[in-house]
Amino acid sequence: MSKLKSIKKTTLVDFATYIGVIIAFIIVNTLKNDGALTRSFTGQLIPICCYVVMAISLNLTVGVLGELSLGHAGFMSVGAFSGIIAAMSLQTVIPSPVLRLIIAIIVGAFFAAIAGVIIGIPVLRLRGDYLAIVTLAFGEIIKEVINCLIVGVDSNGLHVIFNAFGSKSVSDLNLLEGGVMIIKGAQGATGVKAISTFTVGFILIMITLVIVLNLIRSRSGRAIMALRDNRIAAESVGINITKYKLMAFVISSALAGAAGALYGLNFSSLMSSKFNFNTSILILVYVVLGGLGNIWGSIISAVILTILPEALRGFEDYRMLIYAIVLILVMLATNSPQIKNLVEKIIPRRKKGEEADEEAA
Amino acid sequence: MKKPLDAKSVWAPSNAFIPERDLDKTPILEARHLGIDFGGLTAVDDFNLTIGKTEIAGLIGPNGAGKTTVFNLLTKVYQPTRGTILLDGVDTHGMSTVQVNKLGIARTFQNIRLFNSLTVEENVKIGMHNSITYSSIEGILRMPRYWKYEKIAHERAMELLSIFNMEGMANAQAGSLPYGAQRRLEIVRALASNPSLLLLDEPAAGMNPSETAELMENIRHIRDLFHIAIILIEHDMNLVMGVCEGICVLNFGKVIAKGNPEQIQANPAVIEAYLGKKKEA
Repeated sequence: MSKLKSIKKTTLVDFATYIGVIIAFIIVNTLKNDGALTRSFTGQLIPICCYVVMAISLNLTVGVLGELSLGHAGFMSVGAFSGIIAAMSLQTVIPSPVLRLIIAIIVGAFFAAIAGVIIGIPVLRLRGDYLAIVTLAFGEIIKEVINCLIVGVDSNGLHVIFNAFGSKSVSDLNLLEGGVMIIKGAQGATGVKAISTFTVGFILIMITLVIVLNLIRSRSGRAIMALRDNRIAAESVGINITKYKLMAFVISSALAGAAGALYGLNFSSLMSSKFNFNTSILILVYVVLGGLGNIWGSIISAVILTILPEALRGFEDYRMLIYAIVLILVMLATNSPQIKNLVEKIIPRRKKGEEADEEAA
Repeated sequence: MKKPLDAKSVWAPSNAFIPERDLDKTPILEARHLGIDFGGLTAVDDFNLTIGKTEIAGLIGPNGAGKTTVFNLLTKVYQPTRGTILLDGVDTHGMSTVQVNKLGIARTFQNIRLFNSLTVEENVKIGMHNSITYSSIEGILRMPRYWKYEKIAHERAMELLSIFNMEGMANAQAGSLPYGAQRRLEIVRALASNPSLLLLDEPAAGMNPSETAELMENIRHIRDLFHIAIILIEHDMNLVMGVCEGICVLNFGKVIAKGNPEQIQANPAVIEAYLGKKKEA
């Protein structure tokens, strides 16, 4: 009986998360089609999807693996620009924008995963604060590297220049007639056809949820959580630390890359400075606010904190100040034992330990 | 992989206490001239020990004698400076903790090391990590092998927990368990990795006398059920003398006595180093 209950408990939470996202999508999509939403809100829908995926994926590193990463926007950036390059160079070959978007997302995830492996192997030897600092540095490095890229495409294929000394310019690409510039160094990507759709964003969220939730409930996910809880004990039962750390880190960066591709293809131009340290911190805020390891919490906080600055537009100059104050208050509230008790009074929930004692007795 | 041992060419320094129930007389563990230095300090020196396949052995000694260091050497938390460790005839030289566990050594810790935020059942399932073998992809996509192995893992976890009558706690958070239950869960988790040698580091620490007596029964039961060898570090002399068939006494990193409980209790060196105080009292 007790085992049935336990299976139900975790699956119920997962199930509720899926259902919640689906219902939210249906409601918002209906409202959008009816024209009941303001333009500014409709414009926010795809970024919200991106940030939700970012928050879930960062939660995999910070909450489930237990390692603080401050460079998550770097992987988003890799995904965004590789996705843009893929979508723009396939423009003539694949006329269907949805198909191109899907390919761009896959390409973005793939390159972000490669970046995850390259960065993960040296970085994951470190722990705690040191790892956080190094990921921060890597995030900045990725940004600067993309700043130096000049990419164009013509009938001969892709032309890439790595403009490390600032001496090269767009004309050095020697594009043939009819060629298209994709990335112009520090100016970023311009002239991008915005092909991202809300539906694809929703599907990406669902795929992310399936990957992360199923991973956590499987053998590999348990191994990842084991080395978060106690590294030495995890080793003593035969868990390969490096392998599982890297696995969590790479899955997390691949998902960030997918979100990045969706994000990049939502705008007609994109600069690499968009994915700076502030963005990494912003995503970390979603994760911490939603609760470490708490997937649905990440989703809700990502949605609310993306809408909030827009909703506060009426306050004009004081907008970010109010945003900051709201953030502080929410953090205090979610960490206060009194409020937790109050919530537990309203929603009675038996503690796991008590339940077990009762059953044992 | 397994190197057969030539008994004549190797000097076996200790007398293995191999009870008659061992049909196979080759020892499960042989430590020869084992030693480790930390900087200039010799923590363990010339440590020799042979354990029979279904022997329960005790490792005792005053605080700081190097008992836990020996466990750390056997499980390769530290690589020994000198000497060899043979597990079932296989030299474990240069192996990592993970490899040694796969080869058959599982352990518990003096300061309990559970996966506190996970449930009791998950803790045990993590112990089975290398015996349930579906891939990550199969897990994420929930393919048939996932369901098959998760079912096996669940059943086996419940079976193992039932040794200590802990099935009822399967869904409790490991960190919220009472102290004694946490110690028992650590043993279950170690057993879940399917070892041939189980190392228990102060399993009775913090337990009351009735819990200790129960633990003593459980240790014997585990040995008989799984046919494994057990080495335990313990300060509770009733437990050590009651359950161990062979005892090794360490002091200042060196073995000062070896033998069965009667021999140890009568050994003047041991009495002087360790049991002397107890006799006076």
